[in-house]
Amino acid sequence: MNSKGFARRLRLLSTFKIAARALRRNKLRSALTALGIIIGVGAVIAMVSIGNGAKAQVEAQIAGLGENVILIFSGSTTASGIRTGWGGAGTLKIEDAEAIRREVPQVTLVSEEVVSTAQVAAGNQNWFTRIYGESADYFDLRQWALADGAPFTQQDVRSANKVCVVGRTTATQIYGSEDVIGQVLRVKNVPFQILGVLTPKGLSSQGTDQDDIVVMPYTSAMKRVLGGGTTLRNINAQVASSRDLAPAQQQIIALLRQRHNIREGRDDDFTVRNQEEIAAAATATTETMTALLAGVAVISLVVGGIGIMNIMLVSVTERTREIGTRMAVGAHGRDILTQFLIEAMTLSVIGGIIGIITGIVASKIIAILKNWSSLISPTSIILAFVVSAGVGVFFGFYPARKAAQLDPIDALRYE
Amino acid sequence: MSNSSDAAVRLDDVRKTYKTGEVEVQAVRGVSIEIGRGEFVALMGSSGSGKSTLMNIIGCLDRPTAGRYFLDGEDVSSLSRDDLADVRNRKLGFVFQNFNLLSRTSALENVELPLLYSEVALTGVQLREKAERVLASVGLEGRGDHTPSQLSGGQQQRVAIARALINDPEVILADEPTGNLDSRTSVEVMEIFQALNNKGITVIMVTHELDIASYARRNIVMKDGLVCDDIRVQNRFNATAELEKMTAGEALEVAV
Repeated sequence: MNSKGFARRLRLLSTFKIAARALRRNKLRSALTALGIIIGVGAVIAMVSIGNGAKAQVEAQIAGLGENVILIFSGSTTASGIRTGWGGAGTLKIEDAEAIRREVPQVTLVSEEVVSTAQVAAGNQNWFTRIYGESADYFDLRQWALADGAPFTQQDVRSANKVCVVGRTTATQIYGSEDVIGQVLRVKNVPFQILGVLTPKGLSSQGTDQDDIVVMPYTSAMKRVLGGGTTLRNINAQVASSRDLAPAQQQIIALLRQRHNIREGRDDDFTVRNQEEIAAAATATTETMTALLAGVAVISLVVGGIGIMNIMLVSVTERTREIGTRMAVGAHGRDILTQFLIEAMTLSVIGGIIGIITGIVASKIIAILKNWSSLISPTSIILAFVVSAGVGVFFGFYPARKAAQLDPIDALRYE
Repeated sequence: MSNSSDAAVRLDDVRKTYKTGEVEVQAVRGVSIEIGRGEFVALMGSSGSGKSTLMNIIGCLDRPTAGRYFLDGEDVSSLSRDDLADVRNRKLGFVFQNFNLLSRTSALENVELPLLYSEVALTGVQLREKAERVLASVGLEGRGDHTPSQLSGGQQQRVAIARALINDPEVILADEPTGNLDSRTSVEVMEIFQALNNKGITVIMVTHELDIASYARRNIVMKDGLVCDDIRVQNRFNATAELEKMTAGEALEVAV
């Protein structure tokens, strides 16, 4: 029994040798067959890497909003009657923000936010940029450190001082490489003193330059840039941990409904979203995209597999006499089956390995050319490899069985 | 009945019937012959005489419908497909009309082929040495790296003979071995067969050429699925002598 098993193993070893010789005899055909798998696996790896890269980028940007942040927008997407959308109707008051700060214990940081665009100028340079009015908590809440200088203080907010912090882009556009700290920037012709420069953040996922910005106390913005008004576009609140997100959100909703005198059964006139919801929505989009890309790539892998089956079938017909000769000199049906299976598997595994390398290189090249990020996951590599080997067995089996079942007499006489 | 007779091949009332739809074709209708060790038999007959079917049975490529077949004393009439393959590998060597060499494959690798399917596994070096030795014995020393397309017809048939010899077979079966060769090359192949036969190897050869059959020791003629004639060859040709005559004749032609 043991010696029989040993003999069988030796025979399998010979079959590997036979299959390797057969593949070497038809180098061009082998290469072209493997090409289908190379393209298939390469496409899977490249597409999944780019998809994962996009997902990671979106996740990083959402994390950039700050941790455990709750966003409260004025207006509601579900208000009955006239619907104004987020930030539309000015329903959020400064007092609402103060009430949240005072009455919701989980909330650690609150920033009142107003947003505008304005012409800013200094010397003979001017620039059109976004103006953000915020509280002094803003920089901690967004985890946005200053590259230089200092942020404005609560005192500045209280007194509506004419001070601001600028983004890198705005600073460069107005002052070039000059030091901007202490310079006077005119916003809608009101002079503001620049206290600091924010660290650059680059482009957002929507492609806007996040560094093209002027941040000032919201009180100053409302009084001097927006020209009066008492409503906020939104309130950003931060809670201590992600466990506090849901209860804090409930309390904020209850508090604001009460403050806005909204009766039972009526819709809110504000919208509350937490960061996790926003993150889930955004990553769902990129996940759909990744799945779509991978789907297209898997189709090309299947096409590659059919290519292998096609070539192996042609090869069985073309090599009928060879199969007959092998059987005449002592090959069993199983030897022929194994040989053809090994041939198919070798092609798909070699194709798979080259495909993995091609896919990695391709995703890197695309990432560089298109300025996208790519993230190669080991799972996708292992999966692509296993799938390509599986494709070899699956699509190689039918032709191999066909070859093994040939009658040696007919095969020898085949013209 | 002694199964361990001295015969290399013994057929007892062997029959083969093919069914093509409703019609039954009796290709071999009861053949009993004995071919001793060291014989050189030419199996003859017109097409449809059943000689190819009989050859397939003797070559263990096919099983008889009825009757028994002893090869080297072993009853092989009802062996399984795989067991027949092992018997072919161990005891038989095949030479075909169209050589059946693997294309784009070196002569050495072609000769090694049966060893790859044998029970005894050899290392790459052993395979190569053995193949080189056998190739040299058929006069193809140093041509081991040539592929079939780089060899003449006669040389290709020598490679095929070397392949048949590699497993030290009991019997060499040749199916029209000279069918694709010119007359001189045919005689050269016969010279190899006679030399092998003189060393004691049994050779069974199908041919329809009378002069080729005259190189054998015994001629078996088939007709309508039966043996109709079984004779010792009188005035047997000696291939070496014939080749010398041919060379002399050519020299004479050149001189004239």
